[in-house]
Amino acid sequence: MKNLGISIIAVVILLMLPIGAAAAEWYSLLTVALPYGALTVFLLGFIYRVLLWAQSPVPFRITTTCGQEKSLPWIRTNSLESPSGLFGVIGRMALEILLFRSLFRNTGAEILEKRPVYGSAKWLWLFGLLLHWSLLFILLRHLRFFVEPIAPFINALSAFDGLFETGVPTLYLSDLVFLTAATALFLRRVVLVRVRYFSLPQDYFPLLLLLCTAGSGILMRHFTKVNLIKVKELATGWVSFSPVIQEGIGPLFSIHLFLVCTLLVWFPLSKLMHMGGIFLSPTRNLANDNRMRRHLNPWDAPVRVHTYEEYEDEFRDKMKTAGLPVERE
Amino acid sequence: MKLYNGGKIIAGIVVFLIAATFPFWYGRGKAVRPPDLKLDTPVIQQLKEKLCVEPAPYMRANHMKLLTVWRDAAVREGNRSYTAINGRVYTISLTSTCLECHSNKKQFCDRCHNYAGAKPACWNCHIIPEEVR
Ligand code: HEC
Ligand code: HEC
Ligand code: HEC
Ligand code: HEM
Repeated sequence: MKNLGISIIAVVILLMLPIGAAAAEWYSLLTVALPYGALTVFLLGFIYRVLLWAQSPVPFRITTTCGQEKSLPWIRTNSLESPSGLFGVIGRMALEILLFRSLFRNTGAEILEKRPVYGSAKWLWLFGLLLHWSLLFILLRHLRFFVEPIAPFINALSAFDGLFETGVPTLYLSDLVFLTAATALFLRRVVLVRVRYFSLPQDYFPLLLLLCTAGSGILMRHFTKVNLIKVKELATGWVSFSPVIQEGIGPLFSIHLFLVCTLLVWFPLSKLMHMGGIFLSPTRNLANDNRMRRHLNPWDAPVRVHTYEEYEDEFRDKMKTAGLPVERE
Repeated sequence: MKLYNGGKIIAGIVVFLIAATFPFWYGRGKAVRPPDLKLDTPVIQQLKEKLCVEPAPYMRANHMKLLTVWRDAAVREGNRSYTAINGRVYTISLTSTCLECHSNKKQFCDRCHNYAGAKPACWNCHIIPEEVR
């Protein structure tokens, strides 16, 4: 509970900062300096973390085998679960990145009648997948504020997302899905005692941050409207490096933007880096060809050995004197 | 700094940078002008005071909410007149009130909506006057 409290307090402070900044009329900070700064931290921090990882050598194939590896021709191989070549690896990585294949294997344990019982547990996979896909949809739809003319794929995505044309303005399905999934994942950490036990402030924090970001966005779209023309002027100003300071788009927009900036800065500092990390998971991205190729450790130091023959050459006289048997006279 | 699989790592980082900076290169750095809204329709030019139903800043952000209020009043309560904050009374109608003053839908509503990526579905049913004539 303490860890949860710390996270909530952090988010509440983050919600108040932009209100304070807007009250103090620090609009150039809020709408120009901060977004540029946060984006720079995000991009450079992301690259820095990846470069740090790339400095760890990976000499051996440590792929986890979840299927029959390639062996004798008459044994059926599972080339997606235990790939032996490039295409299999690409397939496995695609399954992992697009469908969270490993998480699908998630199991849960429970004590039933004093015996531990294991079973499959798919909720984490389901809500995790929904969260990430709806977030992708939301981010791609937001591109409408950044480019002019709006690329056709963005409009197509918005049209698809608002398929049911519920309400004015249209309710986006991805918003609903996102709120549901993020709430479910948050409640999972709060309600399940064992998960709560190992949850740290930095586990709750990104979920709360995303929930507040999406919440403020949805409030802005459906309840307290803002002038989107000004928002687009601001966003296209950023990307053409001729930023226009916007004053008073609205307190909700200040909060929304500030939380996004916080997220961008937090990203490279935290476990959100799993976005880059998933591509570098050695258990997933290495082909299981341990039996087809010999993998040598490149930094094995040459070991100086002293063989028995050399030993005998050195001490032959002494050994003979002592009456020890020698192999060569 | 020694990178293992350096080629692939650099390629990955380049792809990441290209994707993450999409809006920066897509517009080729050109500054974008907000849409040029034409308010010079014959009806508006004849107005003594060039005012919308509600004050313009409110209309810019909230006209869709006003329209839903109008729709609900007309369709659910059978009430077809609306009193604005400043006391004026308007007949509730999308086609013959909004589009009477803003008869240049293409240069007004549509321009703004294309810029903001909004696609009101109202015109599936509601008539756009110039198309009838
Ligand atoms: C100042 C620019 C602007 C002008 C002019 C304008 N609109 Fe809009 N309109 C918008 C924006 C921006 C949205 C999208 C709001 C959102 O996505 O939250 C919108 C949304 C709407 C919607 C709701 C769309 C939906 O998604 O369901 C309707 C209806 C609408 N406008 C009607 C009109 C009509 C009718 C006119 C002309 C008389 C008009 N608008 C003129 C900017 C404008
Ligand atoms: C009596 C004529 C009249 C009617 C009826 C009318 N408008 Fe307007 N509208 C105007 C005028 C004049 C302006 C410019 C106001 C200003 O700039 O202060 C305007 C401005 C607007 C703007 C803001 C444009 C900008 O400058 O960004 C929107 C949006 C808008 N109207 C939508 C509507 C909608 C939707 C309706 C129907 C509910 C409607 N108008 C009905 C005359 C009218
Ligand atoms: C499925 C068809 C349909 C769609 C789509 C539709 N309407 Fe309507 N609307 C109607 C009908 C039918 C009436 C009732 C007409 C009457 O009684 O005069 C009406 C009435 C209205 C009225 C009040 C009366 C009038 O003449 O304008 C408003 C305002 C209105 N709609 C706004 C909207 C807006 C805004 C949208 C887009 C977000 C929209 N409608 C989309 C069918 C539709
Ligand atoms: C992590 C990044 C972001 C997330 C998760 C996020 C989330 C959301 C969500 C869920 C909505 C509800 C409506 C919709 O889905 O379109 C929304 C709306 C909105 N967002 Fe964001 N957002 C992000 C970044 C941004 C940025 C950088 C801007 C600045 C341009 C922005 C500006 C807006 C505006 C103006 C709306 C209101 C849209 C409307 O009225 O239709 N958002 N946001």
